Amino acid sequence: MADKDKKVPLLEVRNLHTSFTTDNGVVQAVNGVSFTLEEGKTLGIVGESGSGKSVTAYSIMQILEQNGRITEGQILFQGEDITKYSAKQMNVFRGQKCAMIFQDPMTSLNPVYTVGNQIEEAIRIHSKKTKAEAYDLALEMLKLVGINDAERRIRQYPHELSGGMRQRVMIAMALASEPWILIADEPTTALDVTIQAQILELMQDLQKKLNMAIIIVTHDLGVIAQMADEIVVMYGGRICERGTADDIFYRPGHEYTKGLLHSIPRVDNMKERLIPIGGNPINLLNLPKGCAFCTRCEEAMKICIDEVPQELKIADGHYASCWMNVKNHTYVEES
Amino acid sequence: MSSEHALGSSEYLVEVEDLKEYFPIRTGFAKTTMLKAVDGVSFKIKPGETLGLVGESGCGKTTVGRTLLRLYKPTGGRVLFEGKEVTDKNMKEYRKEMQMVFQDPYSSLDPRMTVEDIIGEPLDVHKLYGTKAERRDKILNLMSLVGLNAEHATRYVHEFSGGQRQRIGIARALAVDPKFIVCDEPVSALDVSIQAQVVNMFEELQDKLGVAYLFIAHDLLIVHHISDSIAVMYLGRMVEKADADELMSNPIHPYTQSLLSAVPVPDPETARKQKRIILEGDVPSPLKMPSGCAFRTRCRYATARCATETPPFTDRGGGHMVACWEK
Repeated sequence: MADKDKKVPLLEVRNLHTSFTTDNGVVQAVNGVSFTLEEGKTLGIVGESGSGKSVTAYSIMQILEQNGRITEGQILFQGEDITKYSAKQMNVFRGQKCAMIFQDPMTSLNPVYTVGNQIEEAIRIHSKKTKAEAYDLALEMLKLVGINDAERRIRQYPHELSGGMRQRVMIAMALASEPWILIADEPTTALDVTIQAQILELMQDLQKKLNMAIIIVTHDLGVIAQMADEIVVMYGGRICERGTADDIFYRPGHEYTKGLLHSIPRVDNMKERLIPIGGNPINLLNLPKGCAFCTRCEEAMKICIDEVPQELKIADGHYASCWMNVKNHTYVEES
Repeated sequence: MSSEHALGSSEYLVEVEDLKEYFPIRTGFAKTTMLKAVDGVSFKIKPGETLGLVGESGCGKTTVGRTLLRLYKPTGGRVLFEGKEVTDKNMKEYRKEMQMVFQDPYSSLDPRMTVEDIIGEPLDVHKLYGTKAERRDKILNLMSLVGLNAEHATRYVHEFSGGQRQRIGIARALAVDPKFIVCDEPVSALDVSIQAQVVNMFEELQDKLGVAYLFIAHDLLIVHHISDSIAVMYLGRMVEKADADELMSNPIHPYTQSLLSAVPVPDPETARKQKRIILEGDVPSPLKMPSGCAFRTRCRYATARCATETPPFTDRGGGHMVACWEK
């Protein structure tokens, strides 16, 4: 791959706001999200349904539904704000700079075209290759993603492939134009655990081979622990906490992250009752005035209900937005 | 079988013997093939215990649960409840003893019924109350048992979140005071932060009411947490069954080993050290089941014998049952 600028991060999201206009009012799905992605690294975005994790990914690709739009903030790719891009520039960005794979590989492939057709189409949109060259590359990509008997598979239709193989085809298609970033939105949620292991390993292998950055969006803390270098934890459209995988799992600085980690079965709590997070998932139409998590938080104070917590630095590269850090003074003052 | 069964005295609540469920599938013009969804599964559950049933999609775990409750007519084998055989004729009386909680709390509750009517329906069917007031008391009791507020009784299902809906489904299952509940993926449709609430509730209800569960799920960590013993299925057959801790710490069958190694552990340190046994390929179609051991096509240890003879399910000590020639 070409030389990459070392100084600016590969991708930087600054204060991103995305909202949807619905019959019931405006839904603020992403509410001031900021993070950076370095080249060749994996960023995990974790959260439950309605946390805004997928919308964040869709905003980067600008493939939001008709009623959704980015209302504020910047998305900088190598220092260039892609929210200012024209439709034509965006088409180049999508595919060549940044590609995406989705949760359900059945609905994201076209059932009436062969697998080869669809990969070739993706290749020819983004390059000046001839049909024959595109076919050769498609075949090479299928082999790269570990599909046996690729010469036969390339002529098959999606319904003839298993779920795991379809996801491999999606990955082959996404990587055909050698993007710098691969965004994977719940890539293994629809797959069985042994197939999930295959796909995650494939993604890690290809990342090393192609030196690409990955953004993986998931609700599964196990998948995140395995894949991510850096983690962003989201709740109610905002970032609760961001840091390295070790920061998040071993030194969580937000009550929501702590709650999540307590509520999942782990090897060390098999004999004990789980400690669930109380209450119900949030309604984005009816967000609390202060911290989105305050209605379910055991430690909630008055200020949590009234004021949105600001993001504070807990350690180098580790930031959390929780008033508890102010109360206990567990933050580093930035000079 | 034995006279002991006829007398209805057994230390086990539910016994399943060689259960089979075949579905005819049209595979061509005037040609049907038998899909062996469940092919000879046996297990026993004691009162107040939980058996976890795990496996990948299509392995027949859901069909086991449904056939056990005679939602499907079994092709072969039998089911004993408290030592007495459950047949088509006497099934209705056992419906009161055996209930089910479904995976999808959205499609398993009638959107046109209020919560009160959903939970009250089994009471109506089995005529478990004398007066209207008694019915309402029972319903409110059940609601508080599963952590729902009394004022929710007159609401409709769409007003509830997934976790609350699952509570309604559980209250409905508990309405007839069953001794055994088949829980078919009861938490997999729920958000991570809600799963723990529901898992805890299952455990608390078991402590309080002494109900036994067949807990079907694909999330091994949750199954380990809730189960006393765990059975692993592959393509319609049971490949391994043991005490939960024993199975998780000392898996013997190659399939169980790779299944456990594939589980992403929510701990970065362990994840970095974890050695995964990645299985080649996909699960074969149940219509074209491999001969002998069904797992041999993906197994590292497979030999010629595995292709010709089906391995027996044998005890490897302390009730750790395994069906494998090589291990």
